[in-house]
Amino acid sequence: MTTAAEVKGEEGTAGPYALSHLDALESEAVHIFREVAGEFERPVILFSGGKDSIVMLHLALKAFAPATVPFSLLHVDTGHNFPEVLDYRDRAVAAHGLRLHVASVQDYIDRGVLRERPDGTRNPLQTLPLTEKIQSERFDAVFGGGRRDEEKARAKERVFSLRDEFSQWDPRRQRPELWNLYNGRHAPGEHVRVFPLSNWTELDVWQYIAREKIELPEIYFAHEREVFQRAGMWLTAGEWGGPKKDETVQKRLVRYRTVGDMSCTGAVDSDATTLDAVIAEIAASRLTERGATRADDKMSEAAMEDRKREGYF
Amino acid sequence: MTSTTEPLPLEQLTETTLLRFATAGSVDDGKSTLVGRLLHDSKSVLTDQLEAVQRVSASRGQEGPDLALLTDGLRAEREQGITIDVAYRYFATPRRRFILADTPGHVQYTRNMVTGASTAELTVVLVDARNGVVEQTRRHAAIAALLRVPHVVLAVNKMDLVEYRESVFAAIAEEFTAYATELGVPEVTAIPISALAGDNVVEPSANMDWYGGPTFLEHLESVPVTHDLSHCHARLPVQYVIRPQTAEHPDYRGYAGQIAAGSFRVGEEVTVLPSGRASRIAAIDLLGEPVDIAWTTQSVTVLLESDIDISRGDLIVPSKDAPPTTQDVEATVCHVADAPLTVGHRVLLKHGTRTVKAIVKDIPSRLTLDDLSLHPHPGQLVANDIGRVKIRTAEPLPVDSYADSRRTGSFILIDPSDGTTLTAGMVGESFASPEPVKDAAEDDGWDF
Repeated sequence: MTTAAEVKGEEGTAGPYALSHLDALESEAVHIFREVAGEFERPVILFSGGKDSIVMLHLALKAFAPATVPFSLLHVDTGHNFPEVLDYRDRAVAAHGLRLHVASVQDYIDRGVLRERPDGTRNPLQTLPLTEKIQSERFDAVFGGGRRDEEKARAKERVFSLRDEFSQWDPRRQRPELWNLYNGRHAPGEHVRVFPLSNWTELDVWQYIAREKIELPEIYFAHEREVFQRAGMWLTAGEWGGPKKDETVQKRLVRYRTVGDMSCTGAVDSDATTLDAVIAEIAASRLTERGATRADDKMSEAAMEDRKREGYF
Repeated sequence: MTSTTEPLPLEQLTETTLLRFATAGSVDDGKSTLVGRLLHDSKSVLTDQLEAVQRVSASRGQEGPDLALLTDGLRAEREQGITIDVAYRYFATPRRRFILADTPGHVQYTRNMVTGASTAELTVVLVDARNGVVEQTRRHAAIAALLRVPHVVLAVNKMDLVEYRESVFAAIAEEFTAYATELGVPEVTAIPISALAGDNVVEPSANMDWYGGPTFLEHLESVPVTHDLSHCHARLPVQYVIRPQTAEHPDYRGYAGQIAAGSFRVGEEVTVLPSGRASRIAAIDLLGEPVDIAWTTQSVTVLLESDIDISRGDLIVPSKDAPPTTQDVEATVCHVADAPLTVGHRVLLKHGTRTVKAIVKDIPSRLTLDDLSLHPHPGQLVANDIGRVKIRTAEPLPVDSYADSRRTGSFILIDPSDGTTLTAGMVGESFASPEPVKDAAEDDGWDF
């Protein structure tokens, strides 16, 4: 048996039974995945091919090894995807023998249910295809890669977050979350959004990717790309409606900090071609991930809260 | 100690530990300022966030940036200028990562402080140096004691408004420490600060050279986060049974869960509760890696030597150290729902990974937090009430005393009709108990 003196360790440092912060976050996330597997009938992982959903899938694989992940994946396809990300998505699905559901924004536009916005941004259009897919497939738990460090409305989010039959979030009527006793009770038609990465920061995610040697779509690393500037961000030209007449395309060395709809996800100037370089860059950055790269969050002071209330992540 | 506006050295980023802590404070005692300063000085407030705060402050005609806007995330909070719910914040220094449960101080939000404290290893009780220990301070100390948060920090704030006098600090520290010790709080660290002026928050104060202790941040960075596991009762609630049934793993049957307390070793004789069947640990998988020993808060998969019937909700324990099982649970609870809890109420009780039907048999007393007096047979508990309850469960449960294990001594009550989380429960005796409290000698474990 270890003695008390050994466990206490040196002043200010952890004893042998202390977990590193990454181990503690990993263990907590795995616990959350297993709780959902134990308590729900039809869970699904929201998978965009971005780094947070890739880390979620990696954690789910570890949580149920050597068995397969008992969840399917759901991609909300805006129609404005980075091809590298779609490619990554399809390879991940094939490699792990998973089932992929796709909710397509383009289908809704083609059917006349949704209308293209004047600014070409499709991010707000994702909510309806997402929530209708949840209803039609009767998913009762939907994993999202949302982190509380991303945005101040998300700082108030629970790990298990109940959504009503309209997928709405009511921040004033959230269940208190005590110890690690998550309450997944819900009525038919309601579902629970589950955020296993709630307590992770952007830096934690990158450090974990480096530690676990997780492959990412290459757009996360510095590369030469034809971009043009809009609202202070470098956007990739594409069929979604850019560049306009007064916007000029130029070739720059850039990378992406987040992956989302091409019309509103900006690249950042960067020469970071390796994981270590990316981590160094983020540790030194004076801008948040969303502040640097997301146009949609800047629409109003409560943009994220308002979209979350309607059913967005 | 310096403010970390420089990038963190890379080699120090990965092997840091994590401290979860919670704040508690009354309205206007400077909690937002303290949180704002910690976030700001640890580089956790970035340029675009600060710009957003400046923009909104200016549009309201305020002179400087209102740092409370950094933490008040909801529309209603900004409109009313109050914090209505727990929020979680993240910051880091080269030595440690921090998760801060930022809880509102209003008395009607006791449940939020309970929520924040349930996962915290340290609670910060903030006091205005001009007012000293007030009723609200005693409530915060009582809740920290009740939730058995291992470390309590008394931050005596606004020292600049009492001319940084040592005598003011010493009197408050003495009064608070005496009160907290009486409640059973094992460790109180008192620190004189000025969150506004920055004294002793991150930088040592030149105004208080009589104070020889650590700054607030230094203390957060150095407080130990793990405990002596040799005194802990090992507990593994089974979350999920992993059975691949593949050609590669035809007979694999693993019991997955997060170790709630203590440690388990390969070869150890274990008993499964509530059935009482015994076996021996054949192997432990730590997320794909075989290990000989695993310990608290690690998520593991355990394989046993004999093929016995185990499912989600069972508890694996060392055979030589099994808790009793009971259908009669006595506990101290904090009622967190708006609808009251009454005698005769039919509920669901979630303990570990098991949820069972239960009925509230009796509510012997309600605690008055102001003076810790007991109000006998209140008939019901309403939102934010703390009281004693007796609950009969439909199936036997292996419960520990909360004093022995924060994980296997806690439970929640759920309304079976709509799923609402009703009540947070802590099994066993507490300072709020009319029965004699345990002898200090047998109650030295503050494990969680």
